[in-house]
Amino acid sequence: MPKIITKREIAPNIISLKVTAPLIAKRVKPGQFIILMTDERGERIPLTIADYDRENGWIRIVFQVVGKTTAQLSQMNEGDELFSLVGPLGNPSKISNYGTVVTVGGGTGIACVYPITRALKEAGNRVIAIIGAKTKDLIIMEEEMRKASSELLITTDDGSYVRKGFVTEVLDEVLRREEDVKKVWVIGPAPMMKAACEVTKPYQVEMIVSLNAIMVDGTGMCGSCRVTVGGETKFVCVDGPEFNGHLVDWPEFMNRLARYGRQEKLSFEPHEKSYGEKNG
Amino acid sequence: MADMIPVPERMKMSQRPMPEQDPKKRTRNFDEVPLGYKKGDAIYEAQRCLQCDPPPCVGGCPAEIHIPQFIRKIVEEDFASAYLEILKTNNLPAMCGRVCPQEEQCQRVCVYNKMGKPITIGRLERFVSDWARKQDTKEKLPEIKKKRKLVAVVGSGPAGLTCAADLAKMGYDVTIFEALHKPGGVLTYGIPEFRLPKRIVESEVDKIKELGVKVVTDFVVGLTKGVDELGEEFDAIFLANGAGAPQFMHIPGENLNDVYSANEFLTRSNLMKAYKFPEFDTPIKVGKKVVVIGAGNVAMDAARTALRLGAKEVRVVYRRTKEEAPARVEEIAHAEEEGIVFDFLTLPVRILGDEKGNVTGMECIKMQLGEPDESGRRKPLPIEGSNFIMQVDMVVNAIGTTANPIVARSATSVQTNKRGYFMVDEKTRATSREGIFAGGDITRGSATVISAIGDGKKAARAIDSYLSSGGSLRKKTPT
Ligand SMILES: Cc1cc2nc3c(=O)[nH]c(=O)nc-3n(C[C@H](O)[C@H](O)[C@H](O)COP(=O)(O)OP(=O)(O)OC[C@H]3O[C@@H](n4cnc5c(N)ncnc54)[C@H](O)[C@@H]3O)c2cc1C
Ligand SMILES: Cc1cc2nc3c(=O)[nH]c(=O)nc-3n(C[C@H](O)[C@H](O)[C@H](O)COP(=O)(O)OP(=O)(O)OC[C@H]3O[C@@H](n4cnc5c(N)ncnc54)[C@H](O)[C@@H]3O)c2cc1C
Ligand code: SF4
Ligand code: SF4
Ligand code: FES
Repeated sequence: MPKIITKREIAPNIISLKVTAPLIAKRVKPGQFIILMTDERGERIPLTIADYDRENGWIRIVFQVVGKTTAQLSQMNEGDELFSLVGPLGNPSKISNYGTVVTVGGGTGIACVYPITRALKEAGNRVIAIIGAKTKDLIIMEEEMRKASSELLITTDDGSYVRKGFVTEVLDEVLRREEDVKKVWVIGPAPMMKAACEVTKPYQVEMIVSLNAIMVDGTGMCGSCRVTVGGETKFVCVDGPEFNGHLVDWPEFMNRLARYGRQEKLSFEPHEKSYGEKNG
Repeated sequence: MADMIPVPERMKMSQRPMPEQDPKKRTRNFDEVPLGYKKGDAIYEAQRCLQCDPPPCVGGCPAEIHIPQFIRKIVEEDFASAYLEILKTNNLPAMCGRVCPQEEQCQRVCVYNKMGKPITIGRLERFVSDWARKQDTKEKLPEIKKKRKLVAVVGSGPAGLTCAADLAKMGYDVTIFEALHKPGGVLTYGIPEFRLPKRIVESEVDKIKELGVKVVTDFVVGLTKGVDELGEEFDAIFLANGAGAPQFMHIPGENLNDVYSANEFLTRSNLMKAYKFPEFDTPIKVGKKVVVIGAGNVAMDAARTALRLGAKEVRVVYRRTKEEAPARVEEIAHAEEEGIVFDFLTLPVRILGDEKGNVTGMECIKMQLGEPDESGRRKPLPIEGSNFIMQVDMVVNAIGTTANPIVARSATSVQTNKRGYFMVDEKTRATSREGIFAGGDITRGSATVISAIGDGKKAARAIDSYLSSGGSLRKKTPT
């Protein structure tokens, strides 16, 4: 059984877990994800593998509490076992020595972009990493990202740390200043990825996004995660999760992310109450 | 013991109908629709059997059940023996008794079929296995020597479960690898509770585990480990990963919010128990006016599930006629009794929606039947200018599934055809690579539970002869 070996709240409501998963740790590559269930009645939710140790057989996940399942997961403790954990799912990022590349992480997207950034640098790229969050407290994994990149740029929406502004503004500056950026990876909330695509469009640079579609099985069996890319229907779990951001039908994708808004509230509200009581 | 009725009288007896839940009540619950024979019903029906020798019915059963023998035990009121007789060849009787297309299998070749009243073999099978489950009847297996040969089975649907159980009974050390968190394949994630209660699937899977079969869930072959890697650890492999990838029609509007594939809709409801939301966490949506595209068993299951989840109106659209509908006759009848409306000779061409992604309607075109095509069925042709808009707010696409390439991609030298299905020898289920066998839907496309079981049995026999004659995958490197 997959067991939680360490748990840390690395920012308010953002939690990092190390979980035993020797088979997944052995095969995972940057860009892949897992699907887990906290208990038998739970939902299957996808989370990116933020780090891994092949020898010691663990993987790390970093998540934000946004609803019932993530709240439940945040209440589990070291030594607890997950009901179900499967992976590594999805295609790995295409890592190779391209020259100069940019990686951008917003919010928990920082954790998702971290293993990709590290692998790109190890492959010999000059990696400019940009990370951003609403406010200083929510900037996560700064040290890890600094080590994993050639240059790290940080921004906060409210200006409480380093500089004020969105990651998209920093990305625009980098693209203006750099001659020859070969590829850009952007991972974060859908509106941010969409905005970043608008920024990169005039530069004609290859733009990769990692889509967080709503999933069930994660193996190509249900079609819940489908998205239109370049006019064709793709399944995020087996054809992605990375796609050319300039070809994604963003309005459709964002509509589909909101599919269960009403039900999610219904499921979270009773839980939120008990969660609130426990957490003071 | 019940009386043996003289043959001429037996032949005059009529077929015993199946007691069922009232259609008005059952659309408001997920309980099983056919209630099952009572003891008296079963004995009566069993008494009709002519105990033919040779029995034609057996030839219609891919699981090779000793049909007259088990039926005779019912007449003798020795239900435990009847059950053990079935178990000799079929490891999943409670499921077959419920979902097997009996009318096209064993019952089609029963001598009574010409008179229009075949022995209801499936119902008897269900009666016996339900009785045995309640009594906890256990199979006493002869002591067999364990063989030190390891077999991996990919997928825990009926093909995988059957092959694993048969091999375990022969003494092999068998491990099933299953991608989902629960075993059972379509029986668990696809077929709804009201046709096949999940506690029954669980109980049949548990019996197979008791034979010593290991079931590893949460293991996606091709991602967690590849077939080639399993080949380094196991002496033989049986691939039974089903044909689970949903197909779409590629018409505009298909990715609107409330357009589901039947697989997603049914998986949420069955595997994830969304019909019990919010007691279970996985959400599901159901519109007021739901339309299901397709007329197979999957479409019937989706339509009847939508009704039970609270849809006010459920329609089924199908481009051919009722005669061509691939669903079991019984399931279409059940759907009709429950008030589902069928629009035959109708083809969807476009799904309409608003800017938030909500479905607002579906445009269809009327069809007519033309000349027969290669399959011998008359080809449906659109009637020009007959387009109309159907008022619906949710669409479930049940036009079929196809091969998922994840397993095949990780299997060197295992040939697939152009549709992605594994190519096998009909008799042995052997693939193009020695030591690797395949069966079930992944070798022919979506078919039936019983054909998957038949494949599992054939493969188990072939794997036994391969391993007994000294074969082993571990010694071979793929070429
Ligand atoms: C490939 C992939 C990788 C991801 N990696 C991370 C990560 O590393 N860290 C992180 O914090 N989040 C990640 N997510 C998002 C994460 O899966 C959702 O936050 C989580 O499912 C929310 O569940 P919930 O029950 O707590 O919230 P809910 O209240 O159920 O949902 C909140 C929002 O999360 C999304 N969501 C809900 N259910 C699902 C589901 N089954 N699958 C996907 N999204 C869903 C919806 O947009 C929804 O509006 C990833 C998503 C995908 C697809
Ligand atoms: C809704 C529905 C209703 C049906 N109704 C009937 C009916 O009434 N009567 C009837 O006879 N037939 C019916 N069928 C068809 C029947 O269920 C199938 O033909 C049968 O289940 C096929 O069995 P299988 O063992 O080949 O595969 P499946 O039952 O599909 O099982 C395959 C298993 O393999 C697993 N798997 C897939 N990929 C991997 C991987 N990479 N690694 C590990 N595991 C993997 C899957 O998760 C699944 O559990 C129905 C099908 C559906 C979908
Ligand atoms: S398994 Fe199916 S075909 Fe065989 S006897 Fe039972 S109902 Fe008939
Ligand atoms: S063919 Fe019909 S009557 Fe004859 S043995 Fe089989 S079930 Fe009985
Ligand atoms: S999550 Fe089911 S197909 Fe992608």
